Amino acid sequence: MDSEDDFMSGLSSEEDNVLQDESDDEGSADDFGFDEPEPDPDVSQKGTVQKKKRSFDINFKVYHPGDIQAQQDELINEVNMILDIRKEDAAILLRHFRWNKERLIEDYMDRPKKVLESAGLGPSTSGPPKLEVIPGFTCDICCEDEAGLESFAIKCGHRYCVNCYRQYLNQKIKEEGEAARIQCPQDGCNRIIDSRSLDVLVTSDLQQRYHDLLTRTYVEDKEYLKWCPAPDCENAIECGVRRKDLDKVVPTVTCDCKHRFCFGCILADHQPAPCDLVKKWLKKCADDSETANWIAANTKECPKCNSTIEKNGGCNHMTCRKCKHEFCWMCMGLWSEHGTSWYNCNRFEEKSGSDARDAQAKSRVSLERYLHYYNRYANHEQSAKLDKDIYQKTEKKMIQLQTASGMSWIEVQYLNSASQALQTCRQTLKWTYAFAFYLARNNLTAMFEDNQKDLELAVEALSEMFEKPVTELADTKLKVEIMDKTSYCNKRRVILLQDTADNLANGVWSWSISF
Amino acid sequence: MSAQKRIAKELAEVTSNPPAGMIIGLVDESNVHNWDITMDGPEGSPYVGGKFKLLLTLPVEYPFKPPTINFKTRIWHPNVTFDEQGSMCIGILKGDTWKPSSRIMNVLIATQNLLIEPVPDDALETSSAELFKNNRPLYEKEAKKYTAQYAIGK
Repeated sequence: MDSEDDFMSGLSSEEDNVLQDESDDEGSADDFGFDEPEPDPDVSQKGTVQKKKRSFDINFKVYHPGDIQAQQDELINEVNMILDIRKEDAAILLRHFRWNKERLIEDYMDRPKKVLESAGLGPSTSGPPKLEVIPGFTCDICCEDEAGLESFAIKCGHRYCVNCYRQYLNQKIKEEGEAARIQCPQDGCNRIIDSRSLDVLVTSDLQQRYHDLLTRTYVEDKEYLKWCPAPDCENAIECGVRRKDLDKVVPTVTCDCKHRFCFGCILADHQPAPCDLVKKWLKKCADDSETANWIAANTKECPKCNSTIEKNGGCNHMTCRKCKHEFCWMCMGLWSEHGTSWYNCNRFEEKSGSDARDAQAKSRVSLERYLHYYNRYANHEQSAKLDKDIYQKTEKKMIQLQTASGMSWIEVQYLNSASQALQTCRQTLKWTYAFAFYLARNNLTAMFEDNQKDLELAVEALSEMFEKPVTELADTKLKVEIMDKTSYCNKRRVILLQDTADNLANGVWSWSISF
Repeated sequence: MSAQKRIAKELAEVTSNPPAGMIIGLVDESNVHNWDITMDGPEGSPYVGGKFKLLLTLPVEYPFKPPTINFKTRIWHPNVTFDEQGSMCIGILKGDTWKPSSRIMNVLIATQNLLIEPVPDDALETSSAELFKNNRPLYEKEAKKYTAQYAIGK
C-alpha cells in the first residue's frame, strides 16, 4: 500500500485485543436447523464477542463507532489492492454494491467498464482534487465570471465555481441527508462525488456530518448490522439471524450500553415470543376493537329501540329507559309473555333470541380469555415500568444498609442482583402471557404453563422479600434467602426460555392463529 | 444571492428565443421568481388548439432546488392534477433528478413533450392514465373535449 493509507481512516480502532469468534462446543448454532450464515469473513474480528451458551442465546457482536470505521477501511483497502483502483473509487464502488465485496469483484472482473459507469465512475482524467482558477471561466450555475473565481471539477470535468459547489453539497448533506451517492451537479451526469473531493470542498462541521452519514449508510446497507436503538447509543450490533429465521428464533442481543433488544424487530427484549406474535399482540392491545368486544359481551340492545343497555343488577325484568319497552334480559323476549314467572326465565328452549345468545356467549368467552392474558401481561409491564424506581430505591437501600449494618459495598451488591433479576424475569414473564394467548393447546402447553407458574411464583416471592424495610434486610438470614431466590429466579427463567426456544426452533408449537 | 444573475440570464434566454408555441414573461416585473407562461397545445396531441396558462415558480434556493409548474388553465392529462392547482409531475423537476445546472428551457420543452406523450406510470390522475393506456381513442376524445371546454377561446 502507498501514501493513500490514511484515507478515511481517522478513526481506526485502538482496540487491539482482537477476540476470535470461538465456536463453542456444547450448544452449536446448528441447533436451529438453518444454515448458519457466517458473519462476513472479511469483516474485522474486532468488537465484543458474545459467546453463545444456551439454545436461546445467539451469537452477536457489538461494534463501536471506531470498529465500524475500521471495517469500512479494511474493505476499501482490500478492494483497492485486489482491483488496483484508487481508494476513493474503491469506496464508491463498495457503496454502489452495498458493501457486497464478492459481487463487486466478480462483476468488475467481468465487465470493468460497465461497473465503473453504473457506479458513476466514468472515464477519468487523473490528478488529485483541487480548487483551480481558470481564466475566462463562467460558472454555469450562478453565471458568475469575475476574474480569480475559484472553481472545482471532479473526474468528469464538469466545472463549477466553489461557492455553487459548496452550496450544492451543503443542501445535499444537511437537508437531504445524502452522502454515499451525491452526483456531479451537471444535468444528466451521474458521476459520484468521492469523499476526497468532499474533503477539499466542505467545511469541517459538514465533514463530520458527511462521515456520519457514510457510516450510517454502511450499517444500513449491511443485512447483518443494526444500530442499537437506545437513545444516544452509537454502537451497532452484528448478528447472523436472517429475516426468514424469525419464526424459529428470537434473536435477543445486548448492547454494550446494556440495552437488550430483539435483533429481528428492534423492539425491547420480548423473549420467548417470536417477532410476528409480538407484532400481532401489540396491535391487538392497541386496537380499540377490544373495547367494542367488551360492549358486545357486557351489554345488550333493547329489542325495540336498539339503545345499548348494561344490566347493573336486579331482576331480569327490563324496562328500557328510553322507549319504555319491557323485555326479559335472559331471553330478550317480551316480558308480558312471561306470565307470572317473574324472576326466572324458563323460556330457554324457545327459538326467539337463541342465536343472539350464542353469539353473546362466544364473544364473552373469547373476551375473558383475552383479558386473562392481557391483565397478566399488563401487570408485568407495569412492574417493568417501575424498574427505574425500584433500581433507584435499591441504590438508596444499599447505602442505608452500609451505614446501618456496617456492611461493605461488595456485601450489599446482592440487592442489586436481585433488582436486576426481577427486571429481567418480569420482562420475560410479560411476554409469556402474549405467547400463551396465541398458543393452541397440545401436550407441550402444560409444560410451558408449569414453567411459567414456577417463574412467576419465584418472582413474586423475591419481589416481596425485596420490598422489606432496611432493618429487616440487614438480617443475614434474609440476605441468604434473597440470594437464593435471585439465583432460583434466574435459573427458572433460563429453563423457561430454553424450553420455548427449543420448541420454537423445532417448530413444534401449535398456534391458535397463523402468522 | 448570486442566483439573480442566473435567473436573469435564463429569463433573457427564453424570452428572446422561446420554444415554439410559447410566450414567456414575468407575472410581476419586480419579482423574477414567478414566471407567466402561455403554451399552445402542441401539434400531434389532443390538446392542439388550446392555449394553456402555466405558472412557473422558482424557489428561493433556486437553482439548487427545482422550480415548480402549475397549470392555471385546467387540463385533462394523466400527469397533471385536474383541479385548481394543476400540479404537474415530471421527472426533471423531482428533487433527486434535478441538478443545479438543469435549465428552465429544458423544463419547458419537457413540459411540451409531456403533453404529446404522457407518462401513465407516473400518473397523478388515474382515470385519464387508465384510458391513455387501454383505450387511446377514448382518451383523445376526452382530452379534446376538456381542451375545448377550458382552453379554447378563453
